[in-house]
Amino acid sequence: MTELDPTAGQTVGPFFGYALPFPDDEHLVPPGSAGSVRLHGRVLDGDGAPVPDAILELWQADAEGNVVQEPGSLRRDGHTFTGWGRASTDRTGHYSFTTIVPGTSFFALTVLARGLLNRLFTRAYLPDAAGDPFLATVDTDRRSTLLTTGDETGFVFDVHLQGDRETVFLSYPRHKR
Amino acid sequence: MVRVTLGSDAAEATQAAISEEIGAIAQAWDGVPETQPRLDYPPYRSSLLRHPTKAPHQADPEGVELWAPVFGERDVDPLEADLTIQHRGDPLGERIVVTGRVLDGDGRPVRGQLVEVWQANAAGRYIHQRDQHPAPLDPNFTGSGRCLTDAVGVYRFTTIKPGPYPWRNHRNAWRPAHIHFSLFGTELTQRLVTQMYFPGDPLFALDPILQSVVDPTARERLVATYDHDLTKPELLMGYRWDVVLTGPHRTPMEDV
Repeated sequence: MTELDPTAGQTVGPFFGYALPFPDDEHLVPPGSAGSVRLHGRVLDGDGAPVPDAILELWQADAEGNVVQEPGSLRRDGHTFTGWGRASTDRTGHYSFTTIVPGTSFFALTVLARGLLNRLFTRAYLPDAAGDPFLATVDTDRRSTLLTTGDETGFVFDVHLQGDRETVFLSYPRHKR
Repeated sequence: MVRVTLGSDAAEATQAAISEEIGAIAQAWDGVPETQPRLDYPPYRSSLLRHPTKAPHQADPEGVELWAPVFGERDVDPLEADLTIQHRGDPLGERIVVTGRVLDGDGRPVRGQLVEVWQANAAGRYIHQRDQHPAPLDPNFTGSGRCLTDAVGVYRFTTIKPGPYPWRNHRNAWRPAHIHFSLFGTELTQRLVTQMYFPGDPLFALDPILQSVVDPTARERLVATYDHDLTKPELLMGYRWDVVLTGPHRTPMEDV
């Protein structure tokens, strides 16, 4: 099969705010519903300053660890768990998803922002997944950037685009430079 | 060596200085094909503190990464593909259709998947509150749309041609007219957010965002083609733009 060269990415820019967000985009389950948890944190630049114009996408398995293939993310019915959502950062660079604990070891996150020329992929591992075989492939001093920490509402995961605590971002075998 | 002016002086760089930086990076390119933008691209000033400095970590996709979220008729109203009918009157500007196919890296059509677009109006103004460009808003144009690709991977939007847009990267900076596109494939690893440009725009060489794609062949893929067969008499002009996502890792179960 012929391999085609992929189209280049470009920055999401500053003006996605009237296009990409949608009602309840960050609520994969209704806030306060049984079993709901928060996955939240801040997006920070190389100076540690908040990035107020980022948008993150969450894609995760359900509580049993199954991949969900249900439509309805864009018009949530309050009952169907689709496994996918979007959260924009606020003025303090903070984002927040309301979701459930996946039955697997990580949340998959995609990061988009003004000033970021292409999307970034990362994984937010559950706090008890420190022994995951993939994490063993990451330098020990950077491993913690992929681990969430627990708080009273759920899980905290900061994204450092640059700097001493730069998050480990991922590329996959079929990506081309 | 590329020199960068940081801090409050950043917006004071001239186009000539930015063009010189762009030229130096192009000159230094080793000619090895690149398909994607450089994340570290100093002429785009906002990227300075927002690009990762370390090479991405190679990962074999696992679990959800081998699948994409599913969108369906419940998510998208077919009328959302027409950006010219969202208000009571007709928007100002040149009415156009933009259509093309979404293929994966193996050439398979991506069927029934979500495509989102957003853009400035004909005067180069975004409806976004943070857009301070003193060009007129158009009460009949919001500038965002969605559709699902059809059974052969084709998306299609009716809209108006956006205007070029001034920004503050440097003094007298103007973005070439563009439409933002957000696309999904059959697995997460194929996620793509990009911009489509219009053929022959004199601003291409001056724009650090487009030029961050250093390989000219890859840049050309971001430019739509005028297609007279899509143009409808006395109604609209037509542009064609195909999108190729990266190759899937999961063996597809469907036949092409």
